[in-house]
Amino acid sequence: MIAYIARRLLSMLPVVAIVAMFVFLLLHLAPGDPAAIIAGDNATPQNIAQIRKALGLDEPLWRQFLVWVGSLARGDLGRSMFWNDPVVTLIGQRAEPTVSLALTTLSVAVVLAISMGVTAAAKAGTALDRFVMGFAVFGFSVPVFVVGYLLIFVFAIALKWLPVQGYTPIAEGVLPWLRNLVLPSVALGLAYVALIARITRATMLDVLAEDYIRTGRAKGVAARPLLLKHALKNAAVPIVTVIGIGVALLIGGVVITETVFNIPGVGRLVVDAIARRDYPIIQGVIMVFSGIYVLVNLAVDLSYTLLDPRIRY
Amino acid sequence: MAAVAEAPRAEPSRVGQFQTFARRNPTIVAGASLLVFMALIAVTAGLIAGDPLFLNPSDRLHGPSSLHWFGTDNLGRDVFARTVFGARISLVVGIAVAILAITFGLAIGLVAGYYRRVDAPVMRLMDGLMAIPAILLAIALVSLNKASVGIVIVAISIPEIPRVVRLVRSVVLTTREQPFIEAAIGGGSRHRKIILRHILPSTIAPLIVQATYVMASAILTEAALSFLGAGVPPETPTWGNMIASSRLFLESAPWTIFFPGTCLALVVLAVNLMGDGLRDRLDPRLARRM
Repeated sequence: MIAYIARRLLSMLPVVAIVAMFVFLLLHLAPGDPAAIIAGDNATPQNIAQIRKALGLDEPLWRQFLVWVGSLARGDLGRSMFWNDPVVTLIGQRAEPTVSLALTTLSVAVVLAISMGVTAAAKAGTALDRFVMGFAVFGFSVPVFVVGYLLIFVFAIALKWLPVQGYTPIAEGVLPWLRNLVLPSVALGLAYVALIARITRATMLDVLAEDYIRTGRAKGVAARPLLLKHALKNAAVPIVTVIGIGVALLIGGVVITETVFNIPGVGRLVVDAIARRDYPIIQGVIMVFSGIYVLVNLAVDLSYTLLDPRIRY
Repeated sequence: MAAVAEAPRAEPSRVGQFQTFARRNPTIVAGASLLVFMALIAVTAGLIAGDPLFLNPSDRLHGPSSLHWFGTDNLGRDVFARTVFGARISLVVGIAVAILAITFGLAIGLVAGYYRRVDAPVMRLMDGLMAIPAILLAIALVSLNKASVGIVIVAISIPEIPRVVRLVRSVVLTTREQPFIEAAIGGGSRHRKIILRHILPSTIAPLIVQATYVMASAILTEAALSFLGAGVPPETPTWGNMIASSRLFLESAPWTIFFPGTCLALVVLAVNLMGDGLRDRLDPRLARRM
């Protein structure tokens, strides 16, 4: 197992290296001189020359890449052009809201989606099943920001149940923290719930058609344990796979959700950076988010052995 | 097919044929009609709506009325006109991205699936591309250039390509093990001919389905880019731009957000419904499950 984990970690390296290459090339693919881009609109030729020298932009491209990867490996993502702070520090300062939002959404969405999918499969063909499937198509089609504004309008402006926008750190109390996260989590989680519910239903339908389910039913296993212990456990691998792949939806959605709900997280950081063309931040956030995605999917791969003892590495 | 056993009947009329098709494939017909309706609106935008850029400062944030069906926004622009013209950008971007991503994805996927030596490096490259969240990659690509519809189309297409490549490659890998490919090789066909004549056709059905999903996701990404201020220039009427510029007026003028938002959701819903219907029809194995 440990050897397998080590092997998998190694096999991640090319993927991460390719991500790094794309992100590095982004700045260099831009039309024009990277030094001039970094220097900004009001720079003098001397400024530009200075930046070019300071950042090693006069060196050959492959050397620049090696230097950049070297600093990446030391956890150095460069400095923001606007804030002049290290990108790592900036991301660290804004990590709490983003992590809170992503984790609450993830946990609630997974529980909700699996219950919906299992119920739909158990009652396949009924109105309830059709409702869940309809909801799934709908959840895929409505953009995060449209749902977000609809939720704000109904629950914050009209009914005044929940705050309109903003974020309260968890240190200031769990309840205010949660109150601020309810609407953003629902908006962010909708597409994710739809995705997982759909695959849960599909896999459960396959498993429920297996002989051992019929055997279980024949020997008198009650409906609930049959569904949750016998069937769901066997349907776990594809479901967990989609939960991992769907993290990409969450990561993309976080950027939009934080803008809609004015949450001062990593997503806002990168959106503000676009407006300012603050490339080191854009590059750094892409590296971090891609890294998280790769790690989550590694964890998913490793979880297969726990979920299905037939899978051995 | 039950019809085979029945006695020969008179050829059903065109209308009858369509009714049968619609009854058997309600989602394709519902999605396609909604999409055709939106496309008609987009094409005839200049005829049915006024000037989307016309400012009338004395007419700001008015609710829906007989004069302005969808009300006016904070600059006194007609929301109906802007929504109708916004359909153009969404549909053009959706269709263009679908064509671009499918074309490149198909070419790369055919080569990667058929030639074992290119397979591993190409797929590692695709894995790397897929690890970057699509919206962020598109944002980064747009932020490097002056925003225009063309740049947005390219920026959204690039993250979609790896998904198409994976699909095509998996089809090629199973098809190339079929006896008829072996026969073609044995018969002395050239690789080019084998790929184009014998393997390509089996990728078409799954690609049609994939194209609809690419289109739906492209329309959503375009709107998200506009909304985040990283899409087409803000004065262009797109649904994402409209929502972005109206978000401060959610409380006083919700129509400025909800009309374009509803249209956006409807178009994506139409494309998704069509995709689901097509998949059921083209891939009977999956029809029961999803």
